[in-house]
Order: sequence, then C-alpha cells, then structure tokens
Amino acid sequence: MKLQEYRSKEILARHGVPVSAGETATDPEGARAAAVRIGGPVVVKAQVLVGGRGKAGGVKLAATPDEAAARAAEIIGLVIKGVTVRTVLVAPAASIAKEYYLGLILDRGGQAVTIIASADGGVEIEETARTNPAAILRLPLHPLIGLQEHQVRRVGFFLGLAPELRKDFASILRGLYGAFMESDADLAEINPLVVTDEGRLVALDAKIVLDDSALFRHPDLEAMRDLHEEEPSEIAARDAGINFIKLDGSIGCMVNGAGLAMTTMDLVKLAGGEPANFLDIGGGAKADRVAAAFGIILDDPNVRAILINIFGGITRGDEVAHGIVEARASLGRQVPMVVRIVGTNAAEAHEILRAASLITAESLDDAARKAVAAAGGPA
Amino acid sequence: MSILVGSQTRLLVQGITGREGEFHSRAMLEYGTSIVAGVTPGKGGQSAVDGRVPVFDTVADAVSQTGANTACIFVPAPFAPDAVLEAADAGVALVICITEGIPALDMLRVQHVLRARGVRLIGPNCPGLTTVGEAKVGIIPGDIHRPGSVGLVSRSGTLTYEVVQAMTDAGVGQTTCVGIGGDPIVGTSFIDVLEMLNADPETEAIVLIGEIGGDDEERAAAYCAREVRKPVAAFIAGRTAPPGRRMGHAGAIISGGAGTAESKRQALTEAGVRVADSPSQIPALLRAAGVH
Repeated sequence: MKLQEYRSKEILARHGVPVSAGETATDPEGARAAAVRIGGPVVVKAQVLVGGRGKAGGVKLAATPDEAAARAAEIIGLVIKGVTVRTVLVAPAASIAKEYYLGLILDRGGQAVTIIASADGGVEIEETARTNPAAILRLPLHPLIGLQEHQVRRVGFFLGLAPELRKDFASILRGLYGAFMESDADLAEINPLVVTDEGRLVALDAKIVLDDSALFRHPDLEAMRDLHEEEPSEIAARDAGINFIKLDGSIGCMVNGAGLAMTTMDLVKLAGGEPANFLDIGGGAKADRVAAAFGIILDDPNVRAILINIFGGITRGDEVAHGIVEARASLGRQVPMVVRIVGTNAAEAHEILRAASLITAESLDDAARKAVAAAGGPA
Repeated sequence: MSILVGSQTRLLVQGITGREGEFHSRAMLEYGTSIVAGVTPGKGGQSAVDGRVPVFDTVADAVSQTGANTACIFVPAPFAPDAVLEAADAGVALVICITEGIPALDMLRVQHVLRARGVRLIGPNCPGLTTVGEAKVGIIPGDIHRPGSVGLVSRSGTLTYEVVQAMTDAGVGQTTCVGIGGDPIVGTSFIDVLEMLNADPETEAIVLIGEIGGDDEERAAAYCAREVRKPVAAFIAGRTAPPGRRMGHAGAIISGGAGTAESKRQALTEAGVRVADSPSQIPALLRAAGVH
C-alpha cells in the first residue's frame, strides 16, 4: 500500500526526520489560509500516488497566499495519469543548494533491507541506476542487528556531505530506518533530501510503500489508505476477499490462484483478445465469492464475455459449477460465459454448465479462444 | 531417490487440528505420506485425522517422541514465523510453510536464523512439494501426478497444477515438483532447487515456472547456462500484467521497468531454455528435448 507524500512525511517527522511538512488543503481557500500561516513563498503539490506529477503540472511555486490559492485552483481537479487531484500539500518553498537521494528498500535479490543512496537527488533513482550506476551506493543491512554506525558514516562519506552536516545526516538515516522497520515498509525514500541555502538538511519529498501482508498489525497505517485513488470495483473486491485489478479489455476473467490468473490473461491476449481484469478468487471457489466476483466483473461496461478458469484440485468441480449457475441466474446483465473446470467431478461439472447454456472448454487454450470469439472476435 | 521428500520423510504437521491442516493432512496420508505427528499447542495427548495422527503441544515433544524430520506448517500468518522457528529449534531439517500473508520483515529474520542453523525452508506462501509415488507435503493435488523423469520448480500454486496436469495428460511423468512460493522473501530459491534437480540421477529434464517481479528467473537463467546440462523448459506468467500493481502474490509486481515477463523470457531463451507461450506447450518442448 502506497502512502501519500504528506502521510509519509508525518511518519518520518515522528522519527525525528526534518521534513518540509506544510499543510494539506482540498480547496483554494484552504490553500490560501495554509500559505498565510506558513508565511513566505510556498510550493503547492498535488497529493496523488502516481509518479510524474511535476511534469503533469501538479507541483507549482507560489510567492503569496493569493498565488497559492490560484495555483491550488489549477491543480485541484487536474487529472494525472487517470487520477483526479483532490488534495494539495502547501509546504514552505526551500532554497536548494544540493539534492540527494536516500532510500531503504526490501531487496528480494539480496534478501535484506538495503540502503540506496546517491548524490544525484531529485531524479528517479531507477533513471540514475540506468544512466550512472556508479553514482548509487547499495548497502545491505543485517536482518538481526540492523543499521550500524559505521554504515551510517559510510553513506555520509559516499554522499560527500560537508563535515558540519554529518551529525544531522546520521540522525536522518537512523530516523528513516526506524520509520521503515516500525511501519513494516517495502520502501521508504526521501527524494530529494536537500541542503538548503541556510545549510540545513530537509526532506523535501518522501514516499513510503507498506508491506500489505503486515497491515494486520498496523491499523493506524491501514486507516491512511486513500480510497479516492482506487477503483471502486477494486475496493469492493478487497472487501470481499478477492484479488482484483481492473484493466481495459473486454474479456472478464475469474480464476483461482494468482499465477494461473495471470496465465489466463496472457492466453486471452495470445488468442487475440484483451483481458478486462486480473481476478483471483482464492482457494476453494466458494459460492459467495463467485457471486461477488461476477458483480465486480460485470460492473465494468466494457466486459462482453467472461472466462472462468477453476483448477479445482481437491475442490469438487460439480459444486463449483452449481455455484456458477446459481450466481449467474441472479445477475442483472448477461454476457456469454466460457467455463473450464479441472479437478474432481469435472465431467459432471461441465454437464451442469452446458445444461444451463454456458460454454464449456476442455483446455485453457480452448477456453481463451472461445472467450475471444464470444466477445465478438479478436480486438 | 528424487529430492527433498520421499519414503524417508517422517512428517509432522503444525496446525493439524485447524480446518486446512486437517483437510490437507488427510489428503497427504491418502497419497502415502508418512505423517508421524501433529502439533497444536494445548491439544497435546489428543489425536487428529480420525485418530490416525497423535497430537503434541510442542514440536520438541513431537520430534523427540516420533523422530519427525520434516515439518509442514498450516498456522495463521501472525503466528507462522514463530512456528517456523519452533520447528528449527526442535531440530527439524526441512520446513515447508504453506501459510500466505506473512510480513516480509518477519521472514527476513526467520530466514537468517534458519540459514545459520542449516535448516531448509520451503515457502512461505507455497503449495508444497511432491515426490511422485512416494510423498506429498502441502496442498498439491496428488492425482495430477504421474511418475516419470521430469523435475519441476515453480513460484506459483494452481499454475503449477495446470502445468503438471498438462504433462501428465501428455504422458510426461515427474520426479519431484516443488512450489517455492510467491512471496518476495522465500526460504528456497529457483537456483537451490535447480541445483538439487541437476544433481538428481532420476531427473532427466527440468521445468521452471516463473512469473513477473524480481529477478529470480534471470538469476535462474544464468545458473542454467552455467551449470545445468539437462534440458530445461519454462513458462513465465504475467506478459499482460500492468506495471506497478501487485498481481495477487506479494512478489508479483513489475517495478521501475524491471521484472517483466519479456525480460525473463529473453534471459531464459538466451540461456538455452525452451520457453513456452502456454502451459500446454510444455510437454511438446520436453519431447523435443528428448524426454520420453
């Protein structure tokens, strides 16, 4: 789960990291009032979870409170990569002498929480990794003893910090590490970490991505979820315990298991169609989940056919088939359905489905082809 | 002899009195796996699965009284890291953790302790493994297998069943099939299993099932090019996955342009691995490589 900039800064500030905090606003008057309280020039920043908001016109400077209101009026309502801006952060404008990148990631290749640091701040670290990998320091941390002082010193020297900044830097890196570990993050980054003209280190922008699997022990962080930025269908799916991601195609997919769900999408594409979604109903293909999944898939008006692929294993196929037929009967909108069930009693399952005039398929390739045909042919 | 589990396996199941634990323990017994003990704290002295398996309060008791050498974990995510450590502390050499949704930072610490002890962990968030005709540990349906000479390693669950079923339907049998799990931090990597299958005299060819996210498949490809002289066929899921979204598995996410299906397919192809467009093509690719 990604956190908005202002939330990420709240967490870092709690761990003693000096941040350019500011105030959030949802309308121009709020932005004006915030600018008055801050005093002096401010920067008005769209709070969205997609990247590239600067290029999209979502970050603007304002010299006065009136200007702050005008800039907020321009930014609020702006659509950035499909997301409508609802909130802006009004923060003090900093005079920047130097920008750094400082981040912590869970590095799966190295199986360690790893410091990523670069003196080339303010640009995407992936970009630096491509163009100038030598400009990046990667330092894995010990999983049991964590961040050590010699590592803090090494990062400071690598960045070429002025001697008078080293103490403050050490406290920032320790704070970032504390925030990462305490919130069970996958990523915590400060980009840029700047030295101001006054010679102070400040986190100008921050991003924290949380480990979804650890949210059960962080109800306070779970409450920071920004529902405005999620598809309503994805919220409904999460509430029903279904893994769902909306895509742009016309063939709805309902599959048990994440890997098989991705494979089903891939085969739809290979057969000339476009998948409308990723959907994993989880183990057992239970009747209530099947019904909820139908509702979520058919909520998308682009969907012209549904492909259901259930590898039952030890689940009884005929029970799954009955569940599908029953759920289908109560749907408001009907589209052709292609069903493929593997596992115990698969033959009986397919008989039940055919009797209810659903299209059955023996193999996954066959199911994908039939679904593409049922949706009106290749896209 | 195959790898990891077999007729020598003396299995204990942690969480055996839970719904999932008991259900899958029954299926494992039916397959022929020797389950010697179950563990549920507070239920020591009882029995599970229709009286067929004695239940102990602690893994230490279970090991000392039954000689269990392998543990399978069906404990809910908040308690699973502790269950893995309990198995390691009791001297179990191989731990298979089925549980899904364990925090990654917990697994980092657990994994570090296990490595230092020389304990092998498979998973978490994995379907387990089967040595065909000898033992299955986990939740893979037993009846999809057929004995043969192909070893399989996969990051997925039901996709593994799909590929195994396609092989069995085409008459291509298996030695051992291992699901290593879909989380970013797992105990056993593709390379670990490739190394074992490569050294296993009964395994003539290998199937690798990967998916988007991370660079484990790229590393596996480099290992294949360097060390593996047996034919390898592969399938990678997620060619149509959008970047930046977690596709069900915590590990399945394309980030910063890395971890795409295409980069994995290319790395594998360049390493001499035969890459399928669909799971159904795997048997033909194996046949073309000389597998009977």
